[in-house]
Amino acid sequence: MTSSFTASPFVGKTFGVTVTNLTKQFGKTTVLKDVNLEVKPGEIFCIMGPSGSGKSVLLKHIAGLERATRGEVRIGEFDAADPETRNQVHLALVFQAGALFSSLSVYDNLALYPREHRQCNEAGIRDRVMHALSILSLEKAANKFPSDLSGGMKKRVAIARALVMEPQLLLYDEPTSELDPVMSATLTEIIATLREQTAVTSVVVTHDRDLAFNIADRIAFVMDGRIRGVGRPDEFKQPADPVIANFLNPVIDLKNPRFKQLENSHE
Amino acid sequence: MNYLTAIISHIGGTLLLLVRSLKYLPTLPRQFARFMEQCYLIGYTSLPIVTILSFFIGSVLALQSGYSMENFGAKQFIGTLVGLTMARELGPVMVAILIAGRVGSAITAELASMKVYQEIDALTTMNIPPERMLVLPRLAAIAVMMPVLAVIANLCGWYGGALVCQYTHSISVDSEAYFTALKLYMKPRDIVDGLIKAEVFGFVIINVCCYIGLNTRGGPREIGASVTKAVVTSLILILVLDYFVTKALLMS
Repeated sequence: MTSSFTASPFVGKTFGVTVTNLTKQFGKTTVLKDVNLEVKPGEIFCIMGPSGSGKSVLLKHIAGLERATRGEVRIGEFDAADPETRNQVHLALVFQAGALFSSLSVYDNLALYPREHRQCNEAGIRDRVMHALSILSLEKAANKFPSDLSGGMKKRVAIARALVMEPQLLLYDEPTSELDPVMSATLTEIIATLREQTAVTSVVVTHDRDLAFNIADRIAFVMDGRIRGVGRPDEFKQPADPVIANFLNPVIDLKNPRFKQLENSHE
Repeated sequence: MNYLTAIISHIGGTLLLLVRSLKYLPTLPRQFARFMEQCYLIGYTSLPIVTILSFFIGSVLALQSGYSMENFGAKQFIGTLVGLTMARELGPVMVAILIAGRVGSAITAELASMKVYQEIDALTTMNIPPERMLVLPRLAAIAVMMPVLAVIANLCGWYGGALVCQYTHSISVDSEAYFTALKLYMKPRDIVDGLIKAEVFGFVIINVCCYIGLNTRGGPREIGASVTKAVVTSLILILVLDYFVTKALLMS
């Protein structure tokens, strides 16, 4: 698939992200605790961590879909929580389940953004949509509806939809979850190639070690709502932190299984 | 106290949604296709049930009033009673109840499902306000279709009453006498008042159903809960507002 990959003529600048003292509470539960991060313009920044650690909530704050209880997120010089920022920054989020519009065909899903923002005429929209579909080898799916697509195709359509937006900041929420290893590798290549050819800043929330260690410029580990460590992938090949080491290289111990330990701790 | 706060917050949220949606009114001409689609869904697909129900409501009204009015020799005024009742009250209220159950529930289910499956979040990140794309065309469509449906309901109710009066042995008021009585005491103002009520109810239904749909949180189970909440809230508001709007119209 990537052999047919050609650059989209993206223009304009890309943005970095600064997260300062971000705290988020849902009722009495604190999901994020004083999170500080800096994503540099043009880098692929992976956020890893166990399920329920607050990774996706952090991503939603960057996308401006959640309001912080304390602290702030800035995209370049703009406040991510301010709806006006979306007029200044082309931000695209690839959702975990795709979030494709079920009542629209694949073509119309992709055409929605340029149509709504009146960016070009219908011929221009068609060119942009078909170009994005061809990047992801989805030309034959143009007239299908999301309900007719497999999980992997939905993710590719979601990425194609993000490409049509010509993003200056690209966010991915678990792009390789629920995919087979080959499709995971393909999507990993797509994310890397996109950054290579468009220099777009990419923030990737993932559990996938292969993805993070192959393409990330830096990785942040979120554990229990806090940043446990940030660094280049090679710094985490042999992590000094036992919690991160255990997360990256869990040992399967059938004689003393973890779920038994959990049961005992609850008794 | 928390309950009261929640009610005030929902009323505020619903009004805010209306204001935010109407802010995008200048974009309506380029959303003509969406507007027409909603007109079709709200108006055309509701037409059979509105026709059947209002026909039988008019019929039953004539049957019941004929039975009562015969006792004090006033059955020649059945046309007046059915005409005024349909135009001022039952036409707009029945159409509103039908729209709440048929269209309002579908709107809430669609928007709640879009919310739960993150389609609304996707629109937000694409800088496409849901109020503009999802709420405004529906508000515009209901503004056009409610008076049309109310007029059709009135006509069907009147003709239902006329048929019953003519062919029910115990009533035996012919159509000519029925429609003469109907026209005698009916003023254009009576029909206009009914259409104003229909318009108010339509706006309330769409606004409430969109608000509840767009504010759904949780999983698929909450979609069903939101639909129930939207329909029940709409029905309560229709009947409560009916009293106040009627009073205001009678006083004006």
